[in-house]
Amino acid sequence: MMRVALKGMLGRKLRATLTGFAIVLGVAMVSGSFILTDTIDKSLGTIFDESYAASDVVVSSRDALSEDAESGSAPFPDSVLADVAALPEVEAASGSIEDEATLIDAKGEAIGAGMGLAMSVDPPADEQFNPLRLVEGAWPEGSGEIAVDKATADEQGLAVGDSIGAATDGPVETYSIAGIVRYGSVESLGGATIAAFDLATAQQLFDKQDQLDLVRVAAAEGVNSEQLAVEIRPLLPETAQVRTAEAQADTDSEDTQAGVNVFRYFLLGFGGIALFVGSFVIANTLSITVAQRVRELATLRTLGASRRQVLWSVVLEAFVVGAIASVVGLFVGLGIAVALNALLEATGIDLPQTGIVFSTRTIVVSLLVGTLIALLASLRPALRATRVPPIAAVREGAVLPPSRLARYGLVTSLALVAVSVALLAYGVLADGVGTRTRLLAIGVGVLLLFIGVTLVAPRLVRPLAAGLGAPAARFGGSAGRLARDNSTRNPARTASTAAALMIGIALVTFVSLLAQGLKSSFSDAVDELFVADYSLTAEGDFGSVSDATVAAARETPGVTAVSAIRTGEGRAFGSTVGVNGVDENLSAIIDMSWAEGSADVPAQLGREGAFVKDDYADEHGLRVGSPIELKTPTGDVLDLTVHGIFAEPKGGSPFGEVAISTATFDGAYAEKENEWAFLNMEGGVTDENTATLSEAVAPFPDARVETREEFKSSRIGELSTFVNLLYALLGLSVLVSLFGIVNTLVLSVFERTRELGMLRAIGMTRRQVRRMIRQESVITALIGATLGIVIGVFLAFLVTQALSDEGIVFAIPVGSLVVFVLVAIAAGMLAAIFPARRASKLNVLEALQYE
Amino acid sequence: METTLVDEEAQPRDSAAPVVTAAGVTRRYGVEGDTCVKALRGVSLDVAPGKLTAVMGPSGSGKSTLMHILAGLDRPNEGEVSIAGTGIGRLSDTELTKLRREHIGFVFQFFNLLPMLTAEENILLPLELAGSNPDRDWVSELTGKVGLADRLGHRPAELSGGQQQRVAIARALVSRPTVMFADEPTGNLDSTTGGEILALLRDSVTSFGQTTVMVTHDAHAAEIADRVLFLADGLIVKDRGRSNAHEILETLEEVSGR
Repeated sequence: MMRVALKGMLGRKLRATLTGFAIVLGVAMVSGSFILTDTIDKSLGTIFDESYAASDVVVSSRDALSEDAESGSAPFPDSVLADVAALPEVEAASGSIEDEATLIDAKGEAIGAGMGLAMSVDPPADEQFNPLRLVEGAWPEGSGEIAVDKATADEQGLAVGDSIGAATDGPVETYSIAGIVRYGSVESLGGATIAAFDLATAQQLFDKQDQLDLVRVAAAEGVNSEQLAVEIRPLLPETAQVRTAEAQADTDSEDTQAGVNVFRYFLLGFGGIALFVGSFVIANTLSITVAQRVRELATLRTLGASRRQVLWSVVLEAFVVGAIASVVGLFVGLGIAVALNALLEATGIDLPQTGIVFSTRTIVVSLLVGTLIALLASLRPALRATRVPPIAAVREGAVLPPSRLARYGLVTSLALVAVSVALLAYGVLADGVGTRTRLLAIGVGVLLLFIGVTLVAPRLVRPLAAGLGAPAARFGGSAGRLARDNSTRNPARTASTAAALMIGIALVTFVSLLAQGLKSSFSDAVDELFVADYSLTAEGDFGSVSDATVAAARETPGVTAVSAIRTGEGRAFGSTVGVNGVDENLSAIIDMSWAEGSADVPAQLGREGAFVKDDYADEHGLRVGSPIELKTPTGDVLDLTVHGIFAEPKGGSPFGEVAISTATFDGAYAEKENEWAFLNMEGGVTDENTATLSEAVAPFPDARVETREEFKSSRIGELSTFVNLLYALLGLSVLVSLFGIVNTLVLSVFERTRELGMLRAIGMTRRQVRRMIRQESVITALIGATLGIVIGVFLAFLVTQALSDEGIVFAIPVGSLVVFVLVAIAAGMLAAIFPARRASKLNVLEALQYE
Repeated sequence: METTLVDEEAQPRDSAAPVVTAAGVTRRYGVEGDTCVKALRGVSLDVAPGKLTAVMGPSGSGKSTLMHILAGLDRPNEGEVSIAGTGIGRLSDTELTKLRREHIGFVFQFFNLLPMLTAEENILLPLELAGSNPDRDWVSELTGKVGLADRLGHRPAELSGGQQQRVAIARALVSRPTVMFADEPTGNLDSTTGGEILALLRDSVTSFGQTTVMVTHDAHAAEIADRVLFLADGLIVKDRGRSNAHEILETLEEVSGR
């Protein structure tokens, strides 16, 4: 029987190949995601390992809010180094500064596509520890010298003795290049640049006089690292901690690893969607084949095949297709990952050269997932195949008997739709449900909704085809009419073919509606709050706007008010909150509405005053006068009093939960980062003012001047970029469903060979045949698009209702939906090319005699 | 089975127990009332071992229905059918499948070969399905007998209609079934080729003692049978022994005219 199944599959190579593609794409996405993220992960891991290659134990600064070292943590006094070095168990130790600095090219633009690392060097004391290796020249000495990484020097054509700009906390300064360095054995840091200064210069540049970020320690002969860490621990202040080098490297990589993990699951999600769509394609293709093989299956039954053997023959076929497609997909994924890696390299974000990571887990998961999906998808068709009675072998025109469940079909599928809607409503709207339960309910709900609608869809095909096929029937002549009738001939088949496309279109629609809702609520909020003339926002890779930039803006002639907003994190009432430091003139540049207090609040915060967001106040029962105990990353605890409660607009605001005065903020935070600054000028927004201001901040590459509309459109532009990325990733599942349409059409053409011969015999031209197939394909695609758009709008409606508190409105982007319909039409036409050609090339005589 | 092959021809028909029996079989299609068609209206018969029984009758006489029921492909509304001593009325699908494997061979009008398998693979398929090992001597004797020894590697598409039907006959015989059913075996062949197929069927009865039931409307086909049953309107109306084409045609006309 196995041989029968396998030989049968070989006899239907084309179909098996087309079916296989449905799996290949999904598996490729899965394996590609794994390989790419594993590679990134390992590359980053290498960097962290290199950092402590020569150390046994590492003392690092400690974030008082959590156990992990994070940016924003305070440095520790450099006396720690002397204390540690004095221990008998220590052979050598050296201290360093690690911060961020952006290298600036001759044109004043930031160099590199990634982070700008700043590191201190302290030769000869730290040469054994420092991950930097001198490639050319000498170590930088004194405040005018710098060393840069080789990749940057090569790219910029810089040599020892040349000068280069670097932006640290202040404006851009020009340094002379004393040396060119490399980071350990790593060729490139993934687009990150390195600026190295001598220790004293670094301490001064980053405002860390007499302080250190890091102490690397080598243990004396025979001393165990763990033991040494225990010895060092009592010597440290609260803001420092000690770990073995290995543990430190792991901790350092945790953050990036978490980021890589998010990215991995994000990509895998789309692989999963593509596989889900692929399972529809497989199920549909197998169903059609089973229907077309009724006589063959019945003959097998008369020859003594049991139901179980028939079942296995179908399942085995799916298994083999699934397994082969998974192997192909695995390597296609490898190819995609390699290509993406090359693309990243080409755009300057090249990863450290550690080679592509092709792990066993990638292989196992990819093969397993692809094969299992194919197996699952084959179950229903396989069960139906067992329902073929042996007598069908001797009956002319025998058809597949309806499945046992068919009688309850409509009830079952409507019930399924009802259950899915209930699950969705519960997941989206219910109160007091954990995130995990919520996501699970939504996920399962969406899955069931797709399946339920697919099961109901056969009954919708006729009316939908009548409507959507009307233009074809009206303008397509007899070919158009036949196309419409053909599409309703086997509603179940048309429905499940369309369903595959439906899924992709539904998700795309959902994304576009949600984005639209976000955009409009965001712009409403900006319109409400943003009453300043201009904003200064961080440019590109800079996370913040430096004080120097803000000061430069303040001194620009014509500027009447400048207010900067600092951002950090803190801990209050047992959870992490966003904290802002605001200037006294805040009310002049942001039009805030106050639930309690007035526009005077920001000016009167003083040393202990704070204002909070209305949601946060509700959550913790805060009123004016309520106390808040806020712990900052430096370990300081601020005893604050609520002075005002700010009513945040639904589309968000620049503020976190708690805002304090800039003076208070600066006293308790190590990193004085301005997220934004807003300013007013005499005469408001004019071309002249814009030019003046832009010129004034031109030496500061970290900031960009924007008017309100520019501010809006640049934020919305970021969202659009993300939405486009989602479209591209969902496009993969649309592509999978295309293969499904091609498959169905090819099989239908094959099934209707005799009929096509007849049509040709009575005068249908090849052109008309092609048109007929093409329009049938377009009608099927349109049915999928219609169902998809309806589901997508429904899902978006649910979610926007749930998020209405966040100000996300339900808005229908008509333009986008029209584009989706056009895409569906194009997809239908594309899918029809090959089947239409096959149909039009049929030999009339042979087709007529075809049995 | 081997032993039953010996000299079957010489024995009187009644002396051996019948391999297939039908008693009072009726078969209706559709619901009761106007749309109800009675294809069989109480048919009883015994099929004797080692003989070729032909079932004849005009279109709509119920001959195909009778064969389907005798072969266990279809179930009677009333009456009993037993094959090789087993009543099939209450068998489950699995039991019926087993019965088919062991006792029944089929030859179809449209050959029903699996297009992707070679002639040899088609022939061996019933054994493969049953999970039994082919008896090589028997298979080569069989392929020699049906004249396909040099065509075994070909696929059905590469064979003529007559050759395809030879493959089908070999396939039906390979498991040495208790009874072989042939449904219009020459219906899709020209008369010369049809004649060759009939000769082969006759030969398999004569030399292997293969009990065979053949449904046909072709008098020349029925000519080779040891016994010819005539059906009209769902009843057996005539039961003849070995007859020539002329006699058969006359009887057929007689029963059709009623």
